[in-house]
Amino acid sequence: MTIRRPLARLALCAAAAALALPAAAEESGWAQLNLPRGVTDISRKIYALHMEIFWVCVWIGVVVFGAMIWSIIAFRKSQGAVPDTSMVHNTKVEIVWTIVPVIILIAMAVPAARTLVEIEDTTKTGLTIKVTGFQWGWEYEYLDEGVAYYSHLDRASDAARELGSGIDPTSVPHYLLNVDRPLVVPNGVKVRLLITGADVIHSWWVKDLGVKKDAIPGFINEAWFKVDDDFTGMLRGNCAELCGRDHGFMPIVVDVRTKADFDTWLKNTAAAQKQAAAADASAASTSGM
Amino acid sequence: MAEQHAHAAAHDDHDHKPHGWRRWVYATNHKDIGTMYLVFACTMFFIGGAMAMVIRLELFKPGLQFVDPQFFNSMTTMHALIMIFGAVMPAWTGLANWMIPMQVGAPDMALPRLNNFSFWILPFAFTLLLSSLFVPGGAPAGGWTMYPPLVLQTGASFPMLVFAVHMMGASSILGAINVVVTIMNMRAPGMTLLRMPLFVWTWLITAYLLIAVMPVLAGAVTMLLTDHFFGTTFFTAAGGGDPVMFQHIFWFFGHPEVYILILPAFGIISEIVPTFSRKPLFGYEAMVYAVASIAFLSFIVWAHHMFTVGMPLAAQLFFMLSTMLIAIPTGVKVFNWTATMWRGSLSFEPPMLFALAFLFLFTIGGFSGLMLAMVPADYQYQDTYFVVAHFHYVLVPGAIFGIMAGVYYWLPKWTGRMYDMTLAKWHFWLSAIFVNVLFFPQHFLGLAGMPRRIPDYAVQFTDWNMVSSIGGFGFGLSQLLFPYLIIKCIRTGQPVGARAWEGAHGLEWELPSPPPYHSWTTPPSAAVIARGAAH
Repeated sequence: MTIRRPLARLALCAAAAALALPAAAEESGWAQLNLPRGVTDISRKIYALHMEIFWVCVWIGVVVFGAMIWSIIAFRKSQGAVPDTSMVHNTKVEIVWTIVPVIILIAMAVPAARTLVEIEDTTKTGLTIKVTGFQWGWEYEYLDEGVAYYSHLDRASDAARELGSGIDPTSVPHYLLNVDRPLVVPNGVKVRLLITGADVIHSWWVKDLGVKKDAIPGFINEAWFKVDDDFTGMLRGNCAELCGRDHGFMPIVVDVRTKADFDTWLKNTAAAQKQAAAADASAASTSGM
Repeated sequence: MAEQHAHAAAHDDHDHKPHGWRRWVYATNHKDIGTMYLVFACTMFFIGGAMAMVIRLELFKPGLQFVDPQFFNSMTTMHALIMIFGAVMPAWTGLANWMIPMQVGAPDMALPRLNNFSFWILPFAFTLLLSSLFVPGGAPAGGWTMYPPLVLQTGASFPMLVFAVHMMGASSILGAINVVVTIMNMRAPGMTLLRMPLFVWTWLITAYLLIAVMPVLAGAVTMLLTDHFFGTTFFTAAGGGDPVMFQHIFWFFGHPEVYILILPAFGIISEIVPTFSRKPLFGYEAMVYAVASIAFLSFIVWAHHMFTVGMPLAAQLFFMLSTMLIAIPTGVKVFNWTATMWRGSLSFEPPMLFALAFLFLFTIGGFSGLMLAMVPADYQYQDTYFVVAHFHYVLVPGAIFGIMAGVYYWLPKWTGRMYDMTLAKWHFWLSAIFVNVLFFPQHFLGLAGMPRRIPDYAVQFTDWNMVSSIGGFGFGLSQLLFPYLIIKCIRTGQPVGARAWEGAHGLEWELPSPPPYHSWTTPPSAAVIARGAAH
């Protein structure tokens, strides 16, 4: 039964795409077939670039595969086709099919380069968070804010993912895409990430933000995102670089809040962490005596 | 005495081959060694395939049902190493051994003992690699790309991995040297470079790529070895090293390596399409130059495998543009193959069917390659199933179908017998359908956000993983037809003439089927060479 559903979805989506209905993007099945548009300006630019190059490939495919299929049908020996053995070379045609791809490639490279320049511009950021990947989870540190914590796979997923756990993964909400403590960020603010690794190489990837950057021990990589003013909610991602046994079990969850909500959260968390640290210190000094 | 003379006269073809196991262990004959390479490659294809079945079985449903994540990672790592170094590369060397002497008008390969050595390294290399499955800590699980620092966490199998890679590399280099020397020195008089069949051309260029990059890989893994055992810190930041440097070195090998896997397939397709179109190859010289350009470009695109490591903007732009350039010579090749069919007289025997599937499906792999070249989009595709779909499209219906097309094309020549055409068509249609069921949905999985190299996944990826797994099992089972069909052909196939295919051109078709033990003991005459040259 599960098999028939995707086929039906595929047919539906192919039909929708053929009619170029923008509504197809809202269709639930579509999310299982294509990149998301995401919630940042950059992620939408990447999506547009992706669709642009996709359609270029489709049209080249229509022409090239069309010529191949035509040859297969029209020039069959069984239909009495006689080969034109003098047709071995044609300079004019060969120049054309070298130049045309060059033009198409230039047309594609320009917007790609433009978007890339924008992605690489990490200036004028409002908030900096240091992200450290480790085996197997993430550490988030809000620089100069006194807030830092670890983020791991949530308990429910962790229990269900054991070999022979007997727990049905479909019964676990956001199976393998849920964490104990998400990364909390404000919308409408350019957030800079400083990404590094503690042990091996990881990669911090949230597709709706259009960000994927390797977390490399000994290196600090930069990335940034600015979530749309009107978006709040959870975004989910994964580690995208093989990092050992539990590589598949270190998801990323980003909790996007309004600027005001975020500021409150940051203040409260900073205060709580300060208090906890003070309690720890006094406990340590007591036990030391 | 007289009897001895008569005996010698009866064996005028200088067939002094030893018999029994000595024929294979002491083999110096290009056909015997070619056969051993092909049998070895086929064996590894099924071992690597069995590992792929484990992967697809575990991924059939979300949740872990069958294997531990560490073992799963070993399966993906070993599947890649075995398929690349054990199946595809030895299959190409086997085809080179069989065909290059016949196609250039030579009696044998130039360096027969080296040939023996380069083959016999392989069983030892792969015994070592496969036995790592049984050592403490299990087989290597850090990916075939062996990125440090992760690979340095490998258990007892780490040195086995490194030495196995050294041996595979040595074998490839020796085989490549033999190909270069044979092509440069053993061509019959009149067989000029620009008269050589495309398979010989593509292999010549492949051999140079191998000689250029296999030592680079050997150097990289040696540095891993000293990092692990002798306290060096080439790739450890804490000691002043650089883990990203490994990736640069690895992909400087790795990108030419992917062309090593595909260029000989270009050669085979360039032989088969003209034969079954009954028309010379369109734009022969353009094809040669296109292959040479692709080979050159392969050295300056490596960092497109690692756009997310955080390179400077200028470097990313350079590697994006150089990568996009590859589309131009590759496009020229696809257009030339299409033009070869145009106004031809086509028939659809199994080699042609595999060649046609290659044209369509390799081109799809090329399209996703073009998409991956766009750096901002690559940030989303990198390390997802989209990449898995991309490289399997160029390697399975690309390299593997190329090998199968070649085997179906030349098998009647090798054995002197025709195989069961109906069964071969079954093999083709099952392979062609299942390969798409297997790999096409992986594009969707990648775009929807499924990372590669994970043993378990979020539930929204279930449907397409099931479809992909069903395609995988179907594809795997269909391949069992292939060895059955070859054995049946050797035993009971109908005898064929020298020119097994009506439209076949080239020196190999001027020899009887099966060809004599030493291919061209006297060089072919100018007239024979001219008749053989298809262009």
